[in-house]
Amino acid sequence: MQINVLEYFLKTSDRLPTKVAVVDDREGWTFERLRARAASIGRAITCRTTSTNRPIATYLPKTNDTAASFLGALLSGNCYAPLDVKAPLPRIHAIVDHLDPVLILTTKELGAQLASGGIDRDRLLLLDDVSDNDAAIPDQWLRLIDTDPVYIIHTSGSTGKPKGVVIAHRAVIDYIDWARDCFQIDEHCVIGNQAPFIFDNSTLDLYLCFACGATLHLIPEDLFLFPLRLVEYLADKAINFIFWVPSVMVSVADKRVLDKVSSLSLKKVLFAGEVMPAKHLNIWRSRFPGALFANLYGPTEITVDCTYYIVDRDLRDDEPVPIGRPCRNTDVLILNDQNQPCRNGERGELCVRGSSLALGYWNQQAQTSVAFVQNPINPHHPELIYRTGDLVYKNEREEIIFVGRKDFQIKHLGYRIELGDIEHFALQVSGIRNGCVLYHQEKKEIVLVYEADSEMDPGRIRSELGRDLPKYMWPTSFRRLSELPRTTNGKIDRQQLAMEYGK
Amino acid sequence: MSNENVIAILKTVRPECEFAGIDDFFARGMLDSFDLTMLVSALEERFGISVEGADILPENFRSVDAILSLLAKYGVPA
Repeated sequence: MQINVLEYFLKTSDRLPTKVAVVDDREGWTFERLRARAASIGRAITCRTTSTNRPIATYLPKTNDTAASFLGALLSGNCYAPLDVKAPLPRIHAIVDHLDPVLILTTKELGAQLASGGIDRDRLLLLDDVSDNDAAIPDQWLRLIDTDPVYIIHTSGSTGKPKGVVIAHRAVIDYIDWARDCFQIDEHCVIGNQAPFIFDNSTLDLYLCFACGATLHLIPEDLFLFPLRLVEYLADKAINFIFWVPSVMVSVADKRVLDKVSSLSLKKVLFAGEVMPAKHLNIWRSRFPGALFANLYGPTEITVDCTYYIVDRDLRDDEPVPIGRPCRNTDVLILNDQNQPCRNGERGELCVRGSSLALGYWNQQAQTSVAFVQNPINPHHPELIYRTGDLVYKNEREEIIFVGRKDFQIKHLGYRIELGDIEHFALQVSGIRNGCVLYHQEKKEIVLVYEADSEMDPGRIRSELGRDLPKYMWPTSFRRLSELPRTTNGKIDRQQLAMEYGK
Repeated sequence: MSNENVIAILKTVRPECEFAGIDDFFARGMLDSFDLTMLVSALEERFGISVEGADILPENFRSVDAILSLLAKYGVPA
């Protein structure tokens, strides 16, 4: 019986010590080398702290050493919490204050940035100072159980404060066992990693590598700017499996670069994080007629994905791509406003039950109990479901189709954003009296409608927002009104604004 | 097509940045993949051209001069 995700990695590194595990833009590391480095980092952690089941934050770019840091944190008997090196320092500071990690793994250079942002140097563990030696692997992790946390990933919160989603070992094991079998992954698989490690989509890439002995290429982020370079890279590294966001697939398809490179080896193409337009999927399918394409769906709170659809028929360009059916050992309920299961065709909220459910939000009991609730269909014993807030229905084939959101959460370039998070900071920009943030689906624009005495320079608004918000959350379009429309009870009339400026 | 016109278009994408005299927008982190997509659409719309995917390379977008040469290649008069 597997209890800890480390068992995947330790078994594989015993079986295939000399096989290449991870490759960043500098070099490739074998499983043996990755294990040795993880052990060194794990020991460095245990020299600094005796605590277990506490978060070890990482503030690192995507490199082999970051993968080793995750493993090192786990070996020390703790969980890891990746922080975004691109986020503004006040946001990082707020997360660190709330998370209270025992240590922050970082580099000398990035550590200096953290310190300049007011983060206590005593919390930092600099990887530059961790020397490699051959001492034994720490054994603190052996005392853990499968409901202990493995990672904490932060997502946008509606009040301007990110939420830390706490995921247990058994949830990742549940997910990876399903994915390995469903997509038949083994050591011949060559994975291209797109997702930054601050996103849970990277869980699939990392743990398929650890569990199956597949080689994982960490695709340099710059390549996603230049579709042709990206496709050349995929060909050069003989990548045959990739899991990425639809935005990238759309951009590559739109730029018509797929035919410019002949020797692509893609066999399995998975995507998730936002709606995939069938039109662009069809371009990919006609270029790779023999490949498997799968649309995965799920919020961070249920461990990466809870439903999947392997494309098994021709889809019209204007047809929605189904999110399909529940993954193995996961159940999905579609509940209407009366908390009753929907009939086929009826729209309702997608709710999830199973071992994949997060343990909750870190240090946020109130928010946890709103999202993770007793299953209303089962009054007999305690059983939690996670309410995703996503509206869906089942088609006549019993496939689930995604419709939209119940609230003000959006998906922009694959990032999950609460519009309230942006509003919170927009209202602090000097000169803005009131405001409302909307999303224009078609143009993919974040629109700030604001109330001010005179037209404001968009550059200044963005610069001010940039002090608190990561760039993917900055509005891209601005409208000034001398007064925002109000509903009869005095609230900002979002619906009217949405009809005019969002879609 | 003048420097100022190109800078004005760049400003619609990144209003908070100063583009004049910069030798490499990418090296300085001024344009990311989303900005580049917006920039390409803005140029296409403004000049009625369609930029080939194979031309979306760093050397064609890294500076105002690079963008001017690319536009010239697509027949936009200097």
